[in-house]
Amino acid sequence: MQAFRFDPVALPESARQLRREVRDFLAEQISKGGITPHRNSWGSYDADFSALCGERGYIGMRWPKRYGGHEKSALERYVVTEEMLAAGAPVGAHWVADRQSGANILAHGSEQAKQEILPEIAAGQCFFAIGMSEPNSGSDLAAATTRAEPTEGGWLINGTKIWTSSAHRAHYLIALARTAAKTEDRHAGLTQFIVKLGGDDVKVRPIYNLYGGHDFNEVVFDNTFVPAHRVIGKEGDGWRMVTGELAFERSGPDRFLSTFQLLRQLIDALGEQPDRRDRAALGRLVAHLATLRTMSTSVAGMLERGESPNLEAALVKDIGTTFEQEIPEIARLLVEARPGLERGDPFNEALARAVLTSPSFTIRGGTREILRGIIAKGLGLR
Amino acid sequence: MSELKDIFLSTCDRLLGELNTTDADDHGWPRAAWQRLVELGLPAALTPQHGDDGLSVADALAVSELCGYHTLALPLPETLVANRLLALAGLPIGDQPLTLAATAGETVRLDREQDHWRLHGELSAVPWGRHADAVVLQVESDQGSRLVRIAGAGLAWRAATNLADDPRDDASVDLRVEDSQCPPFPAGSPSLLEWGALIRALQMSGAMRKTLKLAVDYANERVQFGRPIARFQAIQHQLAVAAGQLAAATAAAEDAARRTDGRDHGFSIAVAKARVGEAAGLVAAIGHQVHGAMGYTREHTLHHGTRRLWSWRDEYGNESFWQTRLGTLAASGGGDGLWATLTALQDSSEEQQ
Ligand SMILES: Cc1cc2nc3c(=O)[nH]c(=O)nc-3n(C[C@H](O)[C@H](O)[C@H](O)COP(=O)(O)OP(=O)(O)OC[C@H]3O[C@@H](n4cnc5c(N)ncnc54)[C@H](O)[C@@H]3O)c2cc1C
Repeated sequence: MQAFRFDPVALPESARQLRREVRDFLAEQISKGGITPHRNSWGSYDADFSALCGERGYIGMRWPKRYGGHEKSALERYVVTEEMLAAGAPVGAHWVADRQSGANILAHGSEQAKQEILPEIAAGQCFFAIGMSEPNSGSDLAAATTRAEPTEGGWLINGTKIWTSSAHRAHYLIALARTAAKTEDRHAGLTQFIVKLGGDDVKVRPIYNLYGGHDFNEVVFDNTFVPAHRVIGKEGDGWRMVTGELAFERSGPDRFLSTFQLLRQLIDALGEQPDRRDRAALGRLVAHLATLRTMSTSVAGMLERGESPNLEAALVKDIGTTFEQEIPEIARLLVEARPGLERGDPFNEALARAVLTSPSFTIRGGTREILRGIIAKGLGLR
Repeated sequence: MSELKDIFLSTCDRLLGELNTTDADDHGWPRAAWQRLVELGLPAALTPQHGDDGLSVADALAVSELCGYHTLALPLPETLVANRLLALAGLPIGDQPLTLAATAGETVRLDREQDHWRLHGELSAVPWGRHADAVVLQVESDQGSRLVRIAGAGLAWRAATNLADDPRDDASVDLRVEDSQCPPFPAGSPSLLEWGALIRALQMSGAMRKTLKLAVDYANERVQFGRPIARFQAIQHQLAVAAGQLAAATAAAEDAARRTDGRDHGFSIAVAKARVGEAAGLVAAIGHQVHGAMGYTREHTLHHGTRRLWSWRDEYGNESFWQTRLGTLAASGGGDGLWATLTALQDSSEEQQ
């Protein structure tokens, strides 16, 4: 049996220094009224704030300088992302581009695509969406039926993507499409394309979520043209790349800090001297949070060493999202709650947001069941 | 350095596997098995002098994880810690089994009487008390915290056991103690209770690793409905949950083990005992569910780990005890202080060796 290793990582002084810088920057933003700390951080879209982050060098941190990056380590990037999330900063606009799309283009994109897109992302001026899911292809991603056919100078794409977060505000979307008919190898024949959004050949329709918010969309490609240099990697290599992104997508602090603002509000609501039972409940959450930080930092260390910790990332996401979902369930029993999105007091608003968003935590980015399947495979059970 | 650690731990792993002392011996002290540990120098592996060989505190403490994995029925982790504290306090160390008497509530007092001290109170559930050469305690006095070493043989032990049948003995003490027997407790060190919690956290990580291994192997071997039960998704997912608990527990315990010399060891040890203890119950339950009736037998080895998990999570402070400490800390800083507190404690108290 393989035991999953999360070797401890010590943060270098440069990362600690950066933490202080980011914290000062965010404190200043909060005092200026630029940030409201109890919103749901990476779900909050604020293009001005993203541009500011770009100016300060907080996007594309690990990329080469010639593409607008800052050549920092995975641990430095880790510190910046967790400080943003913990402060409730509205990082939603650039989140996906910074976390995975940019890294994907850097690793497999054409030179031309790198030059035209990466510096824009790093400047906080260019945002991405993920076009993987389709009406009949959710967990079973290889069932994608969106097609791409070669044409003069590039490709024509037809098909429908769904649940595409931020497609109505992003500049590009990375679409997974079939470039060859399905064969016995279900994972073959898939390719990733960088699709420009905003034109007439891509229709983006809103899908409202359960509390009436508009984050995700349906995206219909109607003979959408993609120039050849915006194919990512080799034709037919899409599956390998999609799975290669997963360690970035699943292991970060965004997979356990989604309801952190509620935890902050809970502490204030309990006051300075909660009774023993309440302190134990609170302390349990602290123990979980501290452990998740240890694990997630460890994965950042693996990424820094050039490993692909996909299994470890699946584990962090599984226990991290369970933790995020537990916080509202515990908070509502410790404090007499009247959750409401606009109740006017921060505890009840944070609670409302946490309750209403928490079902999505164990669905987006790979469902809990899919993650557990991956872990079981790692254990040698499948 | 890390090569040395690998050699050290693989040697220990082999020896502990061979010893196969999974049950406390009804017929007395297993002298021969202990002697094998002595031959490897293990009882003194955590003393500061030993560090000169290039093994860090965390490396030596990792033996505790192996003791848990092999469900060793001997007080080696307790002896490692006791010898370290004795050496730091300037008292003699030795090869014989030692134990740590520390409970979440204070039950023993040290009072000054003319030119000596009087130690009196109740020792309760002392691991391997009746077999220990000496008991090491941390006792508060009006002259600060003291490390006290008392000979085990002189005490009237009332034998008792934990859920795994390992000795957990009681004794009443009322003794005259000389200054030389109770030096100040080593400054900057985790408290005795914290050391106890840390070794139990590491032992539990090991016992969980063993429990999961047994369950995974069993799932791949046991055939029902014409296929190994490992093919059933319900089984796969339970084991995946157990793997997540094991990974979190191990990360927390190892993190604490490498911070014992740091300033903020108290936080990481509290996190470890609380987090590992919670995982222990879950992993034990899953281990049993996957094994069916077979795992409920005396004959099968599963219970050597699971009964210890159920015991160890309660020893040296249960989850609730350590969670309360963490909750008190979190409440004192308010909501806005939580993140700053957490990052300061986790960033700063790195290993200082
Ligand atoms: C808030 C949110 C944002 C999202 N944003 C994006 C985005 O930007 N881009 C994008 O491409 N997608 C996005 N998604 C879609 C997401 O990736 C999918 O929802 C997810 O992959 C699951 O697919 P599905 O919803 O079709 O569920 P299904 O795959 O139909 O699953 C339904 C249920 O069946 C279970 N199930 C499925 N297969 C198995 C199996 N083999 N074994 C056991 N159980 C199984 C699942 O775990 C789940 O519980 C988003 C989803 C949400 C909720």
